[in-house]
Amino acid sequence: MKEFFKSKKNIFNFVMLVFFGWLLFISYVSSKRKPDNVGELLKFDWLQSWPKWLDLPLMAWINDAFKKLNETYGWIFEAINNFLLAMLVALKNFLILAPWPLVILGVVVIAYFASGRKIGTTVFVGFCTFFIGFLHPIFWQKAIETTAIMLISIFLCTIVGIPIGILMARSTRIRDKLLPVLDLMQTIPAFVYLIPGIMLFGLGAVPAIIATFIYAVPPLVRLTDLGIRLVDKEVIEAADAFGASRKQKLFGVQLPLALPNIMQGINQCTMMALSMVVIASMIGTRGLGDEVLLGLQQLNVGKAAEAGIAIVLLAIVLDRITQSYGETLQERSTPQNKKK
Amino acid sequence: MAKIEIKNIYKIFGRKPDKILPMVKGGATKEEVLEKTGHTVGLDNVSLKIEEGETFVCMGLSGSGKSTLIRHLNRLIDPTDGEVLVDGQSVMNLNPEQLIDFRRYKMSMVFQRFGLFPHKTVLENVGYGLEMQGKPDEEKNKTAMEKIEAVGLNGFEHQFPNQLSGGMQQRVGLARALATNSDIMLMDEAFSALDPLIRSDMQKQLIDLQSQLKKTIVFITHDLDESLRLGDHIGILNAGKLVQVGSPVDIVMNPADAYVEAFVKDVNRAKVIKAKIIMRPANQSDDVDKTDLIKVQEDQFIEEFLPKIVCKNSNCEVIDKQGNIRGYITNKELQSSLIKS
Repeated sequence: MKEFFKSKKNIFNFVMLVFFGWLLFISYVSSKRKPDNVGELLKFDWLQSWPKWLDLPLMAWINDAFKKLNETYGWIFEAINNFLLAMLVALKNFLILAPWPLVILGVVVIAYFASGRKIGTTVFVGFCTFFIGFLHPIFWQKAIETTAIMLISIFLCTIVGIPIGILMARSTRIRDKLLPVLDLMQTIPAFVYLIPGIMLFGLGAVPAIIATFIYAVPPLVRLTDLGIRLVDKEVIEAADAFGASRKQKLFGVQLPLALPNIMQGINQCTMMALSMVVIASMIGTRGLGDEVLLGLQQLNVGKAAEAGIAIVLLAIVLDRITQSYGETLQERSTPQNKKK
Repeated sequence: MAKIEIKNIYKIFGRKPDKILPMVKGGATKEEVLEKTGHTVGLDNVSLKIEEGETFVCMGLSGSGKSTLIRHLNRLIDPTDGEVLVDGQSVMNLNPEQLIDFRRYKMSMVFQRFGLFPHKTVLENVGYGLEMQGKPDEEKNKTAMEKIEAVGLNGFEHQFPNQLSGGMQQRVGLARALATNSDIMLMDEAFSALDPLIRSDMQKQLIDLQSQLKKTIVFITHDLDESLRLGDHIGILNAGKLVQVGSPVDIVMNPADAYVEAFVKDVNRAKVIKAKIIMRPANQSDDVDKTDLIKVQEDQFIEEFLPKIVCKNSNCEVIDKQGNIRGYITNKELQSSLIKS
């Protein structure tokens, strides 16, 4: 017996076994429909279909925990809510109050510099932006609302995702622990965290921002991590050999060389955020998504299609701008490919 | 005191190197250790002394541990056991800050695949070591430009590494290593990725630079001709063990074991052996036919005067720089030195 507990793995397995037994016990105790007497158990009817008394009360636990969380730490969520909402409203109002030709001009200028002064991309982006409003006047304001939510989500993703990606690239242990979390964030259906979002932050834009953040941040984290790990080992050795400190190595060598990959991550993040913002219209977030939803509810194919096209146009605009910025960066670090 | 001293270095790669160490110390071979434990022996009891101002070439086939060895000198790799002394100071005892300073000022390194920073220009690459030393921009750029000129790359300082050919990229690598003005330079298969013509060119450039700078150079290569050309001393590694250390002539004339012998089998001896090595000293040469002698400098390689001897078929008189007669070479000495023993 003493031998058995010498191995860490055996101890772990034993603890897990005890834990499982405890879960069985709890689920039996808390179940509402227990067998009346031992005789009923001996009839073995319960082998036919899953017995009612083998029911883990996870739902009740989560609901209780959630209630407690809301009661004790409600003020934190309210603070986050107010902060994000203030940011969102400021950004949205700024974009909506500005005359629409000026906004299009702004987008064109950004596209021009982000694409490394490529005329083709710039003109294309300009036309796509114009066509969003051209499809239906109301789409212009809706598109701006959608964009504002996205920009704030992406901003959150960037300030949280990139540092986490850096941490993952630096330590295999952190990476091993975080990868399953990222998998979880990407696989749990979006509605599952939309609902607690509503309960914590109320209906509207803020739960949409939070849900978008959760859904869109994993690719950015992964690509930041990958980008840093993919930097040529000999280049890192060279930095070490010349006495670069960890900080100098990170900011002087690893991040600049990982930047094309990080930009790809931001691009992916943007695309996922857009798809999430559309889903979020189901919890009352205003934007292009609710036009699609409206078309669906009214069985108005034309309306839904029109709104769908507007979303695609918005996606193209955002994709072209982020994508071409990444390409520009890549060309800078491998200049011989410039003349293709 | 030797500039660099390596004392009984062991390096074992794997999950638990410390547990395998006694087995390796007990004399188990690389294959045995790999088969029994899954650990790879990188270096097995290597001890070396490298003197100030010399070029020490470390040679071996791939997998012999030569790149591992050179990375121990600036602690890019930590040994499993043993000590590395540079200027009498143990590299293993440096704390992280001291190690960074040590790398900034004491050693610089040239890499096989150049290890240049693709996002920095040639000028920024060459100045990188100085940037790490915290030198002001003006001084940094001035020194970097000097070194760029020294390796013959003026006009390219604002290009990016990817715009240059392989040979030029390695010149940038060399200039970067020279710029820090460290007294030790580590060169890890620095010329192996270059084509033969450019390689020979770079070797010549390194010899020229070295004759002015007198740095301590540790050079890694798998090419015997290169090591014979560059090295003041050569160490030969086989499967993590140092099998022979000696001057180029030593290695060629007296190979320590079958491995070294196989290595030097095909070498052109005339390229390696100098006149003074094979000459018969002047006081023992009464019976030499001294008519129609050919004058030869004592530091000339056989290759350089062999054609003259073949044409005229007469004996050589070996002289030193002042013109004093040091000895004679007859056909007999020539023959015995060129035939593979």
